[in-house]
Amino acid sequence: MNKFAKQLLPFSSLFFIISLWAFLEPDTFLTFQNFKNVLSSTAANGIIAAGMTFVIITAGIDLSVGSMLAMCGMLGSIVMLALSGASWGQISGGAAIAMGGWAMFVGTLAGMAAGALCGFLNGALITRLKLAPFIVTLGSMSIFRGVSHIINSSRPISVSAYSWLDTGSILGIPAAVVIFALVLLATGFVLKYTPFGRYTYAIGSNPQTAYHAGVNVDKMLVWIYTILGALVGLGAMVMTSRASSAQPSAGLSLELDVIAAVIIGGCSPSGGKGTMLGTLIGCLLISFLRNGLTLLGVVAQIQLVAVGLIIIIAVTSDRLAAKKN
Amino acid sequence: MSQMSQMSQMSQMSQNTTEFFLRMEGITKRFGPVTALSDVTFAVRRGTVCALCGENGAGKSTLMKVLSGVYQPDGGKIFLDGKEKHFSGPKDALQAGISMLYQEVELAGHLTVYENVFLGREPLRGGPFQCIDTAAEIQKVRELIEANHFQLDPMATVAELSPGQCQLVELLKAMLSGARLIVMDEPTSALSEGEAATLFQIIHRLKAQGITIIYISHRLEEVLALADDICVLRDGAVVFGAPAAELTVDTLVKHMVGRELSQYYPPRESKPGEVVFEARHLTTKHIHDVSFQVRAGEIVGMAGLVGAGRSETAQAIFGIDALLSGECLLHGEKLSVRNPTEAIAAGIGFLTEDRKRTGLCTELPCSWNITLPNYERLDMGKILSLARERKECLALGKKMRLKWRDPEDPASSLSGRNQQKVLVSRWLQADSEFLIVDEPTRGIDVGAKAEIYALLNDLAASGKAILMISSELPEILGMCDRVLVMREGRLTADLLVAKATAEEVMHFAAV
Repeated sequence: MNKFAKQLLPFSSLFFIISLWAFLEPDTFLTFQNFKNVLSSTAANGIIAAGMTFVIITAGIDLSVGSMLAMCGMLGSIVMLALSGASWGQISGGAAIAMGGWAMFVGTLAGMAAGALCGFLNGALITRLKLAPFIVTLGSMSIFRGVSHIINSSRPISVSAYSWLDTGSILGIPAAVVIFALVLLATGFVLKYTPFGRYTYAIGSNPQTAYHAGVNVDKMLVWIYTILGALVGLGAMVMTSRASSAQPSAGLSLELDVIAAVIIGGCSPSGGKGTMLGTLIGCLLISFLRNGLTLLGVVAQIQLVAVGLIIIIAVTSDRLAAKKN
Repeated sequence: MSQMSQMSQMSQMSQNTTEFFLRMEGITKRFGPVTALSDVTFAVRRGTVCALCGENGAGKSTLMKVLSGVYQPDGGKIFLDGKEKHFSGPKDALQAGISMLYQEVELAGHLTVYENVFLGREPLRGGPFQCIDTAAEIQKVRELIEANHFQLDPMATVAELSPGQCQLVELLKAMLSGARLIVMDEPTSALSEGEAATLFQIIHRLKAQGITIIYISHRLEEVLALADDICVLRDGAVVFGAPAAELTVDTLVKHMVGRELSQYYPPRESKPGEVVFEARHLTTKHIHDVSFQVRAGEIVGMAGLVGAGRSETAQAIFGIDALLSGECLLHGEKLSVRNPTEAIAAGIGFLTEDRKRTGLCTELPCSWNITLPNYERLDMGKILSLARERKECLALGKKMRLKWRDPEDPASSLSGRNQQKVLVSRWLQADSEFLIVDEPTRGIDVGAKAEIYALLNDLAASGKAILMISSELPEILGMCDRVLVMREGRLTADLLVAKATAEEVMHFAAV
């Protein structure tokens, strides 16, 4: 009963927001095109939020995802351009290069691999040096941002031919949305139906207990940060495709949006709690809130205030529900 | 000597109030349904050392926490210097002249000796800025150190001091606060022999100054040499009190242990089979050269005082503490276990002593807590079968008579006894060849204890080897085939329970 009520709260707030916008702006909000836009724009953040859900369930945090995203986008783009035969001068100068499908595919994988490596480094530092995830990723956030600016002297890398992830579609659904859905299904499955998922919860709930029950806590944590890194890489490529270029300043303060979505979805920052469905709802809630406010002509600054209020309200209501229990 | 005669002795003495600096009369303290202290009457003569003895959990610490105002008693009175006192907090007790020296020294490590001594009561120089009068502080501390012949530099940083010197700093704090009664809880546990000897000299000097001392220690010879009077607590009640001069270690142990084995131990028909587990010369940071064997169908007890190295032995076997030397064998094969993951895979189970800290993930479902180490065994090492998990847990719950509304309820929603049963279920499901249970009945009531005894018994009967660490001697004598005794990190005895007595075990543990 209580479990049901817990899922109900974010669900009903999402429903409330959608109904509110449908009532206020029926002509522009309630269109297939608008929903498609909202979902497409949620995809990159949502893919990363899926990985962040694991990290936050272990009572950890990764502040470096925003700058990691910029760096992975740059590296993945360079790889696909280089595989298409572009010289460094052409890559760095922003010449329009025709790219083969194969090169784009490998470039996408390279972006993910770069992310996985970054995540692995985060995880290794956290477990080897016994440092707080907050500290390690605060440092790597700055490092990754610096590197993404150094790569091409703060200039973007243009990949105008890399558009499929954004404009392509599978059965009429945007490719980015399909990838987002697949990631959510896969991570949701891992979280709920595998020992890996259970160990994730156990570590967040009580790492000492998990250790004594045979969970290799350090190895698990390294894996979890690595998986988040790979998903950041994937999100980076989706975003690169959307912008037709990799920007060294991409993903500024993205970590806050992602963490907010996960927390609104019911994950507890103190660990041991959260679901993938909750994270999906958290992502959609933020996206639809922004979308509706934009359609109503509310300026971005006020949107920030609104998102902030939602975070505090969501966490407070969660706390109150826990107290009642 | 019975409690009755103890009481009459006390009431006789209470007529002469000035002789006793402290009298606690009829102190009762309950924690929920558990009675930790029942009607304890306890008195200490002025300027003497009174030792408080008893097994782990006899109520010594609780009594001292009542005295120092940490706990409020549910009944009884405290008289200090003949006047009745109420302590609503540690501050009241401190003001009345009662100082506690705890087992773990509580000092600010990065501050100097004199800063620690004056912490929270710094003398001010006056004037508009109310500066701390550092010179006066140092002067005063130096005087105290010289008057008491301490080997201590007031300017030294506390983090650089030895445990013995830290104790001196605590003593200085007590003296400065005008302490007239000092409670020392296991003061020598962290000290070397030389430092302990120095401490005893200091205690004699404190006595000479008219300061009264309550001394708690497991080291019985030390207690007999130092104390003027001895008071023995057992199961939360005073069972004996006498001048130390009339006692020997033997008689003291008898009073500490002296109870009948209760009825709730299941009848044991053990037919020990071949050796399942063998430890050879295990040595870690905490234990030295520990060797023993456990056979199939056997329950081997491990006795000893707190800090004797019993849990540390389990940690060495389970791959938590690194072995410096020695080896473990399971069914004659040498194990190389570097962490609990490998230990469990090898067939070793470890029910830890601290349910909250190392046992349960309290906010996660009971079923998750049970199956956590067992996915491989349940053939769900890659992908879980939630239906199978539920079925297994329901079956276990039935067998264990677990009181839960649903296996999916969080472990925190269960009572202590049921939480313990969840943990026992975990290791029952793990089906380990060799199971270590550390204080398996801590903090649970008699009925639940009997159920857990019966389960351990069944496990042994099915051919498993069990090592049971316990601080409750009757439990060990009632349940085990053999008992290993540890003291200060070493195995001091390996006795057949059928031939051993509680006194004998205590001897090997404490002397």
